[in-house]
Amino acid sequence: MSAGSGMDFRGLVTPEDGRPRLPGSLHTNRRLSQWITFHADGRVTIRPGKVELGQGILTALAQIAADELDVSLARIGVQTAATPDSPNEGVTSGSLSVQDCGSALRHACANARAIHLQVAAQKTGVPLEALRVEDGTFFGPAGPVGSYWAQADDALLECAASPEVKAKPPSARRIAGTSAPRLDLPDKVFGAARFVHDLRLPGMLHARVVRPPARGARLVELREGGPPLPGGARVVRDGSFLAVVAAAEHDAEAAAARLAARVRWEEADTLPDERALADWLREAPHEDSVVIERAADDVALAGQTVRTCFFRPPVAHASVGTCCAVARWSGGTLEVWTHSQGVYNLRTDLAKVLRIAPERILVRHVEGAGCYGHNGADDVALDAALVARAVPDQPVRVLWSRAEELGWSPFSSAMLVEVEATADAAGNLVSWRCEIISNGHSSRPGRMQDPTLLSGAYVEGGVPVPPSINPPIAGGGGAQRNAIPLYRIPNLRIGLRRLTVMPLRTSALRGLGAPVNVWAIESTMDELAARAGADPVEFRLRHLDDPRAAEVLRAAAEMAGWAGRARREGVGMGVGFARYKNASAWCAVVAEIAAEATVRATRLWIAADVGEAINPDGVANQLEGGAIHGVSMALKEAVRFDRRRVTSDSWETYPILRFSEVPVVQTRLIQRPDQPPLGAGECALAPSVAAIAGAIRDALGVRVRAMPFTPETIAAAMDAA
Amino acid sequence: MTTRFTLNGTAVSVDLPGEVSLLHALRGPLGLSGPRYGCGAEQCGTCMVLVEGTPRYACTLALDAVEGKAVRTVEGLGTPEAPHPLQAAFLAEQAGQCGFCLPGILVSAAALLDRDPDPDDAAIRAALDPHLCRCGSHNRIIRAVRRAARAMREGRAAA
Repeated sequence: MSAGSGMDFRGLVTPEDGRPRLPGSLHTNRRLSQWITFHADGRVTIRPGKVELGQGILTALAQIAADELDVSLARIGVQTAATPDSPNEGVTSGSLSVQDCGSALRHACANARAIHLQVAAQKTGVPLEALRVEDGTFFGPAGPVGSYWAQADDALLECAASPEVKAKPPSARRIAGTSAPRLDLPDKVFGAARFVHDLRLPGMLHARVVRPPARGARLVELREGGPPLPGGARVVRDGSFLAVVAAAEHDAEAAAARLAARVRWEEADTLPDERALADWLREAPHEDSVVIERAADDVALAGQTVRTCFFRPPVAHASVGTCCAVARWSGGTLEVWTHSQGVYNLRTDLAKVLRIAPERILVRHVEGAGCYGHNGADDVALDAALVARAVPDQPVRVLWSRAEELGWSPFSSAMLVEVEATADAAGNLVSWRCEIISNGHSSRPGRMQDPTLLSGAYVEGGVPVPPSINPPIAGGGGAQRNAIPLYRIPNLRIGLRRLTVMPLRTSALRGLGAPVNVWAIESTMDELAARAGADPVEFRLRHLDDPRAAEVLRAAAEMAGWAGRARREGVGMGVGFARYKNASAWCAVVAEIAAEATVRATRLWIAADVGEAINPDGVANQLEGGAIHGVSMALKEAVRFDRRRVTSDSWETYPILRFSEVPVVQTRLIQRPDQPPLGAGECALAPSVAAIAGAIRDALGVRVRAMPFTPETIAAAMDAA
Repeated sequence: MTTRFTLNGTAVSVDLPGEVSLLHALRGPLGLSGPRYGCGAEQCGTCMVLVEGTPRYACTLALDAVEGKAVRTVEGLGTPEAPHPLQAAFLAEQAGQCGFCLPGILVSAAALLDRDPDPDDAAIRAALDPHLCRCGSHNRIIRAVRRAARAMREGRAAA
């Protein structure tokens, strides 16, 4: 089976359906009124299908709409995604929101503006060319002649978008391209009730799930008797799904702890031996595929060959807020409030587990804490629905514990990447072979035959979550994301081994396979450069044909003072580069590290090219954030487990980067307002990992082969050298 | 059992068992949203509040420990109409992404500036080290605290 067959990768791959091509998600959601509404009181509502995850997308989308409509930003309200009325834009992921949604909104707004002006021209007799729009009011040569607001009730947008309309030229943009302040940030600094965690519906109950002590354990006995549960808490059970629900949150929490002591579970060893995880990856059942294969006959394969195996353990999303959802059943209809990244995808899998029609489920997005990919946001929505079914008409809020968040969310798969690369006598790359071994990097809901929600495997008659898949390379790929070097290589073969068993549930985490693949590529480039006696930056430039790639690399090197850097004891500098998904933003990072008792990242210089930057400060914020995430992953993170359970289920056992450890970061954006906008949220992560590895090599002369780069893995690399 | 204390300058009373956490009281009957559950184990700082001006983890602090004391949360720092210099500085620096961690960070920063009106970066990092930010907004947050400190010093000098 190919990775993409029969799967719904909406948003990743635009279907060829014979209809005239419309930009982004407008192609599959063509009705203008689905995207935009004008109100008689002078407001505009836009309805993106993409959601705010802390990345600032709502602000960027509002900027695009305001610009194209010629209204002030303050007039734009953004309605958060909800079924069944929002455009179905699949999942908010893959740094695609500006591409999918921004381009759709830009076109839809241009179209809406054109329709309104046409009607105004007809009504007033002022020729269309003589009309202009100022903050929503239409002006002719003699003064104001109408407005969006005056025509708001005319149902002018109840039509399909037209492919003929042209958005403004880049030079005419006034709001997109500026660093407008985030619309959501004031609520966040004043502690307003903005998150799903803060929802307080009338009569709302609080619930907690009692998770099994081991993966896949079955509930065999629930002992009755003993003192009553606190606060009149009620037990809800469905097969091996167990929860308590109470009026007060503290009672639900206490009851869950009390109830856990009354349960007997049947558990077994289901997880591999953590100490031999790399061996397990090599031996596990799998299917093979070829990502790319090309050969050039006229190239001599002799020269310097570098052969290395790179390993990363599973890593967690590790959101600071734990997953939360609210659900209510009334009269056979289920309402869900969720911080899921895809309300329609979630609805599909809820319907499967609950065995009801999707049309009977209303899924509304409410912001949550940053998720960094597919975490437990969808899972907790099912948990809330399962509990709410037992208490009809009452809203139920479920909040995961820290142990659930770090122990039961999907993880980014452990990966093994083997690279064998050869350069000729002149130091030119002639051959590159790579084999990737990994679980799939997506088990998002709504894409597979069987549902992928955690508790769906524990309810009576439930089925295990199917092994994760990889999106096709045309959709950015999963484990194979960024595995194809951007460097000029005549002979290239990349194989992908997707495991067909999944002892630890895996799914999408910021960058998917890119952090490991880019680290493997860049580390190999450093090694070949060293053997050729070349400077790492110069060696890369020598193999790059893409001028935008070369420009970010040169910019980062220049910012860091790379050429004039001095050798200092215990200090190293390294460089990392990638074009995200080989099709999105270009990003180069130079890292400086200090090798003390542990390796500390001290400074990062980041240069990026995201095409048109809708909000340059927002882009910088995303670049910094992605890079710091990369530093944390590179230096600290590993999911730990024994044969039955994840043991890294607290911040003590799953440490992430803290304030005292965060490097100073400098960013530079290559401005290209005339180029299509590209997402910025993920492009800096993988190059940062690679740059740190390079810096360790520079400081200590050792190539690290296993993440995270701790004293233990560095010592192991020294022993192996 | 009734616990009485001052919350953001107003006298409040809560009828909950004294061993219930302050966090549950604040988010439950007292209706606040700023202090948040993140780990329940004093490891992430999202629940941080000030008790008599000192940062305390509300997730493990028993309600009866604040009897008669003054508790301050992010809601007590300022409002959109009258923001605390820290809140104004966080907006000016756009210091945040998802924002889940900010209420805890803001109260710890307020306590820092109360005792040290001119902290250097190392002091700011040390004061905020109990707080996790997964989005990577740390450098902006550090800049925002510096900016607020400057504004507060200049405000005092002008007064």
